[in-house]
Amino acid sequence: MKGHNFIYFLKEGIKGIFVHGFMSFAAVSVIVACLLITGSFALVALNVNVLIDEAKASNEILAFVDDSLSDTEALALTSKIYQVPNVLTAEFITRDEALEDYYAELGEDADEILVGITGEDLRHRYRVQVVDLELADETATALERLDGIGSVRYSQDLSDATLSMQKALNVICYILAAILVLVSVFIIANTVKLATMDRREEIAIMKMVGATNAFIRWPFVVQGSLLGVTGGIIAYFAQWGVYSYLTRALADYIGGSGFIEFLGFGEFAFPLLIVFLAAGLLVGVLGGILTIRKFMKV
Amino acid sequence: MVRFADVYKSYDNGTKALKGIDLRIDDGEFVFLVGPSGSGKSTVVKLITAEVRPTDGKMLVNGFNFSNLRTSQIPRLRRTLGVVFQDFRLIENMTVYENVAFAMRVIGEGSKRIRERVPIMLELVGLSHKAKRYPRELSGGEQQRVSIARALVNNPRIIIADEPTGNLDPTRSREIMGLLKKINELGTTIIAVTHESAIVNSFAKRVIALDGGKIVHDGSGGYYQV
Repeated sequence: MKGHNFIYFLKEGIKGIFVHGFMSFAAVSVIVACLLITGSFALVALNVNVLIDEAKASNEILAFVDDSLSDTEALALTSKIYQVPNVLTAEFITRDEALEDYYAELGEDADEILVGITGEDLRHRYRVQVVDLELADETATALERLDGIGSVRYSQDLSDATLSMQKALNVICYILAAILVLVSVFIIANTVKLATMDRREEIAIMKMVGATNAFIRWPFVVQGSLLGVTGGIIAYFAQWGVYSYLTRALADYIGGSGFIEFLGFGEFAFPLLIVFLAAGLLVGVLGGILTIRKFMKV
Repeated sequence: MVRFADVYKSYDNGTKALKGIDLRIDDGEFVFLVGPSGSGKSTVVKLITAEVRPTDGKMLVNGFNFSNLRTSQIPRLRRTLGVVFQDFRLIENMTVYENVAFAMRVIGEGSKRIRERVPIMLELVGLSHKAKRYPRELSGGEQQRVSIARALVNNPRIIIADEPTGNLDPTRSREIMGLLKKINELGTTIIAVTHESAIVNSFAKRVIALDGGKIVHDGSGGYYQV
């Protein structure tokens, strides 16, 4: 594209925005609202995903070795366990190590609770982590069937509930994004349409003197893009404010127990900015192109 | 240069606007296209500017063969034509200068060339002193001269003037026609569509008369009465 053409498109695009200032304001507002709603859901989903990933990392199956096995036989089970599908790691923990773990976990109260208990009262065990959490159920059953494994302890509550929540959140995000993209494209298309109405005569003259369709289209695409990108930038800062405020308020409410830790805005600020700008640009360009398409005949 | 060979044009509503037209207009000619309303004059203009396509027959305009003219080539064809309308079609919120410059700007000409060429065109049509005026501040004749400057600014091979004097009084009409004659003498082909016999008769130029979608007269020597 020639430099003087670019300047012309930019000038005309900006002119189009200000001629219908209120409509442009409405279009930017709608884009901001749409991005903010979608963004908020996406950030909730992101936090849940991170929490689930952490939970996944700590979500383990304990496979207790049958008491009748000797220490050597118990250790020899390792290779059998690794043959079970979906097993990622299997760590052998002796009775004594298990007792130490309990002491460490219980802290000050350990002496009181574990009074009189020795390593001999516990069983050797394997701490097993799985590849796919959704198949953990089957893996636990398979481990239990192994000769030499007495029983298996595995909490499936976390996985089932959180996984379905995660899925639901992701689905909601996709649906919201799709609906809001449509709404944004529609409103931008209408804003650009007002500009084309004003300029019907100009467009007719442009065609008459031999302007190409691309040349005629550009100012409107620029107008749509500018509206979209402006919306994206404003939405980014609004999202920053909303997210920071809400996470602080929630953290205060929970009482800083450290039970749930939210991601800091900085951890995803740049990708979020890129996504918002790209989304703004996309709806802007689409809105511009859709509107001008019908003027392109003849 | 315009060539029509057995050209037919029917519209979707069934109107048969042209019924087998043969036409040849060479470079540098000054031609009047006359005829009553509905005779097919406007259709001929629309065909030349590729606003509509012929239903049948062969057409050649400034080297563009309409049998295989792609939509993407239409802008190129139109840059070889300049069109002047009865209602001027100037952009109201642009000055005289901007209206003429606009025609150059939208085909991608650079600012330097625009600054060079627009003043020359305004001088040619005698409006240099009104470059900064808006169309509403001008008389009908002046507006039509702006429209002619705009049609000329991209240096077309043919100027098509569609009822250029339709909204003007006789004195202004003669001025406009005189301007077109001057432009023709500088080498541009002029096709003037009109139904004003006084104008046609005062110029000893070739007259093509249409009636009912057919050419009923083609020769010089004044208006052909149908």
